[in-house]
Amino acid sequence: MERKDVSCDVLVIGAGLAGMAASLFALEKGLVTAQAGLPGETLFASSVLDLMAVTPIEEGRLWEDPFAAIAAEIAQNPAHPYAKVARKDIEAAFGAFTGFLAQAGMPYAGRDGRNVEILTPVGTSKRTYRVPESMWKAVLAMEEKAPCLIVDFEGLKGFSARQIAETQKADWPGLRFVRLDFPGMTGDLYVEKMAFALEGESVRQALAEAVRPHIGDAAYVAFPAVLGHYRPGKVFAEMERLLGVGIFEIPTMPPGVTGLRLKAAFEEGLAGKGLKSLFQKLVLGCRVEEDGSFLFSMGRNAEEFTVRAKAAILASGRFFGKGLKAERELVREAVFGLPVEQPKGRAAWHQKDMFDQAGHPINRAGIVTDARLRPLGADGLPAFPNLYAAGSILAGQDWIRMKCGAGTALATAYAAVNDIAAG
Amino acid sequence: MSRKPKRIETQALIIGAGVTGAGIARDLTLRGVSCVLAEKRDVNAGASGGNHGLLHSGARYVASDMEAATECREEGALLKRLAPHCVDDAGGLFVAVEGDDERYVADFPAMCARCGIEAAALEPARARELEPALSGRLIAAYKVPDASVDPFMLSLDNIADAGERGMVFLANARAAAFTVKDGRIVSTLLFDDETGEETEVVADQVINASGAWAGIVARLAGLDVDLVYSKGTLLVTQDRIADMVINRLRKATDADILVPGGTVSILGTTSVTVEDPEDCRPTIPEVDHIIEEGAAMVPVLETTRYIRAYAGVRPLFGKLASASSQDEDGGRGIGRGFALLDHARDGVVNFATITGGKLTTYRLMAEKAADLVCEKLGVAAPCLTRETPLPSHAGGKWTEPGLAPRTWLARRDPKDALLCECEMVSKGVVDELLASMPRHKSGPALLSLGLRSRIGKGPCQGGFCSLRVCAHLYDRQALYGDAGIEEIRAFLGGRWRGVSPILWGFPLMQAEFQEALHCGLMGLELHNHKSRKGGA
Repeated sequence: MERKDVSCDVLVIGAGLAGMAASLFALEKGLVTAQAGLPGETLFASSVLDLMAVTPIEEGRLWEDPFAAIAAEIAQNPAHPYAKVARKDIEAAFGAFTGFLAQAGMPYAGRDGRNVEILTPVGTSKRTYRVPESMWKAVLAMEEKAPCLIVDFEGLKGFSARQIAETQKADWPGLRFVRLDFPGMTGDLYVEKMAFALEGESVRQALAEAVRPHIGDAAYVAFPAVLGHYRPGKVFAEMERLLGVGIFEIPTMPPGVTGLRLKAAFEEGLAGKGLKSLFQKLVLGCRVEEDGSFLFSMGRNAEEFTVRAKAAILASGRFFGKGLKAERELVREAVFGLPVEQPKGRAAWHQKDMFDQAGHPINRAGIVTDARLRPLGADGLPAFPNLYAAGSILAGQDWIRMKCGAGTALATAYAAVNDIAAG
Repeated sequence: MSRKPKRIETQALIIGAGVTGAGIARDLTLRGVSCVLAEKRDVNAGASGGNHGLLHSGARYVASDMEAATECREEGALLKRLAPHCVDDAGGLFVAVEGDDERYVADFPAMCARCGIEAAALEPARARELEPALSGRLIAAYKVPDASVDPFMLSLDNIADAGERGMVFLANARAAAFTVKDGRIVSTLLFDDETGEETEVVADQVINASGAWAGIVARLAGLDVDLVYSKGTLLVTQDRIADMVINRLRKATDADILVPGGTVSILGTTSVTVEDPEDCRPTIPEVDHIIEEGAAMVPVLETTRYIRAYAGVRPLFGKLASASSQDEDGGRGIGRGFALLDHARDGVVNFATITGGKLTTYRLMAEKAADLVCEKLGVAAPCLTRETPLPSHAGGKWTEPGLAPRTWLARRDPKDALLCECEMVSKGVVDELLASMPRHKSGPALLSLGLRSRIGKGPCQGGFCSLRVCAHLYDRQALYGDAGIEEIRAFLGGRWRGVSPILWGFPLMQAEFQEALHCGLMGLELHNHKSRKGGA
């Protein structure tokens, strides 16, 4: 079999949000960039971009100003990865990232320096920083508590418009709901198929006709997130035009279309920028060459080719992303065997109560780095001069409870790439 | 506060809807006695729901307790005949591995014969043909008539059968106070801890069948029941490891039984004396110990994937204890027999307690308790449960693994979507269950559905299906307002008790993903209804 050995300035390991952001930023710096990993995790993304909303999590304190929340968190917890990235770099990272997604057909909206709230599929509200444009009017509708119609579909499991309206009704009595048949589909509905179908004009028209009689006084109409897969911007604009009122999407249970859209946008957009994509390939082994560059052995199971890289960014995620592996008593880092800061022994990993306000200690475990985001070895010094870590694998944060996942991913990827480009 | 409690009059009040209470209810109604079955939570909330589901041949007790062994043999055979739909007559093996006590192995067949239990010797190689998962270090094997039984189906069917003859079942009805006058309980106050609703039951006879809570209930009448609480922890594997029940051939100790439970296997158990019957969480050290011990018999248990752990608290009646051996071994020295206490002797004439015992002998326990009640009531009708088959009932059948998938496949209704994809429980099944469930005014609907079906019992442990079922409950107008948030929190919180001790490898990845879904996206951790009613 023909081997395609690769040579690059930077190998990004991991294909979640942090990995995608690292590749984007590296390409924009003119670095020759390769990226490996399984883009599975992205498929589960809701596609909203959190920056920071809750700290201290023990108190469940919600913040409007994410940068004030970051400052408060760092003051209390200097180990948080945000302590290593300046505010201007965080803002620049968001700007570059959403700018790229807009070009790839997935524009974002938000307010500089302010968090916003959207509806979730169980009817709770979620505080976040940037949302796809298709969800922006959820923010407005919720602020105005405007009369609003939520549409759901017979056969779409786990999404009940009645549930959302009921859950919100004490605060938002103007929410109404209607259940419709999705044009041309019966039985169990799958969001991917629905989204694809809505890329066709006739299905959009049929849907608009079915919705129209129920609009009444509604200022907005909400749909589960199925408005288009590859061309969501167009589907969204067309539906809005056909209905004559503002519309917005509510995320569905994962895996949803929102994750598919992100994946498609990344893969197309990054390829267009010259990414050497090695998706579906894993790092099997690594050695350091005489000049200090890495020589990675790559493949699915056995070595298929090598990658020579002057630097690498470890953005392999946590347990679900397979960057961290939990044995019965010990957590290990999967690629380099880096030391993992962790609570000692399994009994200390989780709280007795699943929803314990303090969060689970294991979710703060991870890789410790120097100020330049280079992972530390057992001796407390950078394990390699040219290895960086970005995203959720970093220790000192609980991205799920703090609502800082996307922000941590973008900020640390941005800072790591800057350091590589400067060196 | 001063709402007037609802008042019910009946011949017999049974406290506790475990399998014993359910059995008593059926036994009494078959004799024409009216009764009320009051349960503080829901069916099988105690030890009846936290056990192996093992229908003992009796062979496990041949060395320690001949009487219990003989009772198990008789009752096991009866149940296989009268309630075959609740039983998986898988057969059982007793196996010894290198290092096990060879004296015990040698004495085993004679001890079984003494209790009338068939035990056929098998060559170790033959045993491994039957069960390839067995250790290569086997030194002896015997085949016995063990089986597994679905304790939820058993209780639900007993309750449903009694219900058809007029028995009234009250869930979420904790016995909170007795009014005792002249040595008689003249009325019992039941309290709904969810809603604060009170019900007064005026009964001629009161039977305390509250299992590990029997001491607490007896104390309401000023009486002492001397119980030792023995916690047993069990582990559920993702796959069925063995077809038959596999017992370690040695003096009964920890983690020496692997029981098939439909599509899974259940490994256990430990025996740890605890102070409080509410203290029944499986712990990490227990889980690790169970795996280590179980792997000696079935090596794949070391590496197989587990779905969850659970625990139950066995009520062991202290007076049956051989006084010296209690503390050393978590109560294993105490007999597994049952105790029927007529409190007339203690000065409360219409009150009795039945506790201890085993799942396998529940029918016998119910018979003895019902005999006492009938004697006091002056009812001459004989016990019929020894001959009358237990009918299968719509409300009980959905606990069986495989039934919901088969039904769904057979119906082929495109609108009948699967809400629980792991265990293939569809909307139609949920709707049937909703119709068959006792009416709760508030009450946790998701938990009740979970108890009556396989929902949440598969590999996702409720992570997805709790959300889908909750959405469906809103669509069916079984939930209103923001009640769904607490429903999901309570359901997932309950599953967490079982999942948290096994979080490494794949289950940890899954737990992290679910945390991202439930907390990251939905923010359920921020909706903390601290000030729930009910207090304490």
